[in-house]
Amino acid sequence: MRSYLPLYRDALLLTLRIGWQGVLLALILGIVCAAILQMRVPVLRTIVVIYVELFRNTPLLVQLFFLYFALPKIGIRMTPEMCGTLGLGLIGGAYMSETFRSGLDSIAPIQEESAVSLGMSRSQAFRYVILPQAVSSSVPGLVANVIFLLKETSVFSTISLMDLMFTAKDLIGMYAKTLECLTLLVIFYLIMLLPVSILGSVLERRMRYAEFGD
Amino acid sequence: MQSLGIDVLFKGINFQRLLGGLWVALRISLISVAISIVLGIIMGLLMVNGNKAVKAVCRVWLEIVRIMPQMVLLFVVYFGTTRVFGWNIPAEESAIIVFSFWGTAEMGDLVRGALISIPKIQYESAMALGMPTGTMYRYVILPQTIRRMIPLSINLITRMIKTTSLVMMIGIVEVLKVAQQIIEANRRTSPNAAFGVFGAVFLMYFCICWPISRLAAALEKRWSDEDPDSRRHGRKKDRKSSKKKTAGTLQTKAVS
Amino acid sequence: MGKDNTILEISHLHKAYGDHVVLDDVSLTVQQGEVVVIIGPSGCGKSTLLRCINALEDIQGGQILLEGNEVRQDSKLISQMRQKIGMVFQSYDLFPHKTVLDNITLAPVKVQKRPKSEAEEEALELLQRVGLEERKDDYPRQLSGGQKQRVAIVRALCMHPEILLLDEITAALDPEMVREVLDVVLSLARAGRTMLIVTHEMSFARAIADRVLFLENGGIVEESTDPEAFFRQPSTERAAQFLHTFDYEKPVKESREAKGTDRMELAEEP
Repeated sequence: MRSYLPLYRDALLLTLRIGWQGVLLALILGIVCAAILQMRVPVLRTIVVIYVELFRNTPLLVQLFFLYFALPKIGIRMTPEMCGTLGLGLIGGAYMSETFRSGLDSIAPIQEESAVSLGMSRSQAFRYVILPQAVSSSVPGLVANVIFLLKETSVFSTISLMDLMFTAKDLIGMYAKTLECLTLLVIFYLIMLLPVSILGSVLERRMRYAEFGD
Repeated sequence: MQSLGIDVLFKGINFQRLLGGLWVALRISLISVAISIVLGIIMGLLMVNGNKAVKAVCRVWLEIVRIMPQMVLLFVVYFGTTRVFGWNIPAEESAIIVFSFWGTAEMGDLVRGALISIPKIQYESAMALGMPTGTMYRYVILPQTIRRMIPLSINLITRMIKTTSLVMMIGIVEVLKVAQQIIEANRRTSPNAAFGVFGAVFLMYFCICWPISRLAAALEKRWSDEDPDSRRHGRKKDRKSSKKKTAGTLQTKAVS
Repeated sequence: MGKDNTILEISHLHKAYGDHVVLDDVSLTVQQGEVVVIIGPSGCGKSTLLRCINALEDIQGGQILLEGNEVRQDSKLISQMRQKIGMVFQSYDLFPHKTVLDNITLAPVKVQKRPKSEAEEEALELLQRVGLEERKDDYPRQLSGGQKQRVAIVRALCMHPEILLLDEITAALDPEMVREVLDVVLSLARAGRTMLIVTHEMSFARAIADRVLFLENGGIVEESTDPEAFFRQPSTERAAQFLHTFDYEKPVKESREAKGTDRMELAEEP
């Protein structure tokens, strides 16, 4: 069992690397999309709506297959790692944008009005008044999204990324040490996700206690 | 278009085969959803009304489901049980077990959330009107609980459908697997079939999940508009008092 | 009209949401140092009038001039105009993520580009005047409603507005907190602050007003420069009826079959 450890460790590192990149991409995409929706940019807004609906309503596995196997047929080629990052970023961006949008929605209109009536421009009101509140009310949703995305990385093995699932499946196939391999699989996912989950609930609790609203 | 494999889709019975594969995935998710809803309601009631031990077990269950990828659970049930207990659970049953295990916990949490989201004042005013507990639940509490719960439960269905795409990993021939087979079979005549076929699978999932999501969103909007608590223009003072009362719901229920 | 003293001049203001007319041909001039109180039944358009003056609503007709410049939503100068108009709303509109001090200094620093130290100094001085200097580092959620409204007034004052619009600022407060807020407003009036006040507090209106406007169905029904006389004996029937809703008569016990509840339902709570 010990001899498998380095394999699992490498797989974990790979998953973490892609997961981290994907989450970052998702955050950026999510903020940009939410901003486009909020400011009602014509044309772009329609594109964002279509993108969000498309990616929220299809499985990541299918999206990855499309990115990895279908896109090369029209000349777009990516390494498995790029595919994984992009896939995770795209599906995550769709979810994040929804989270940010509902965060923005939760801010009462009086907040913008009172900022504007103090002479702030709309963009100043957004930057100093709306955004900070929206971000903090989005935190629980963001944490849930990050955990969701890290869990979703378990489908990466299908595009031949040597992640934890891939390693476990490979070892089960080769040595038939099912029990050991599965135990390690569970343990390594716990190593990856438990800290995020705990950190998330700590963050959430802190945000709730520091809840500014009356 | 031939070069992108759209033709392959409609060659022979390929499209029917894809739909057949889709049905396999849908069947698994529908059965799992049905089981999850029934068990989830029981679990939700236990999470609110049960004793400490029951609540703790439910909590751990929920945490496991929240942390472990469904794919890992699938592997554990499908490969693990054979190995450890010598049970030979077929792939489809394994999938249903895993998805129900997952769905029940999620559903239970939704039920719990909906139950405790009813402001205490609702219980109090029902009691003040002299309603017996049963009447109070039947006419005041449950209708509100169900309204809060239904949109979220519908969302759980789409999540379930999306997650069933994973079952190909334990050898179930569902739509993605069929797609791979079709692409493989037409490799020589239509080398670019992957685009059309995977594109079609992508759209199939969308066509199923999107209307369901829209329905959930529409219901949520309609019911939350009627709900004075979530009116954004409402007086802050009113909202504050209703928020404050939410926390006390548990005790009220224990008393009643 | 003494042009040199006029701060605000509204002429033939028309405001509608679709077919629903909210303000119809409203004209009003406010002089420097004047305190104008607007009263009227709910939905008469008095809050909308204030919101129009601050260009929070677009208008369908007429003109609003602040020191001779037109206030329009699409004006390039709207930010500068709004700085000259302080506004306090009914619901506590403090920024919940900022401390009391930051709430007050945010706009002076970011909008007027004043040095932070100077803005803070002024903020503290103003806070002291409303008796809240020791709450400067608290968040709004730690304050009572009355304290929040006093901070909101200070926040508006710190921008050095020419005119202050107060939109039912005590309507959401518990009765015992109304006084502390209105006392602040009274002291502003003593200091010669120009104010346009929408309120349901009749005795406050009577005490503070230089001029009273009675608004109903989107139009000015009665205007009086003698608030004492107005509140004692308004000249229009409608204003008299409205003021009457704030008086209660001792109920005369009636026989059972008479509908004793009608009077209760008709009376509007102040």
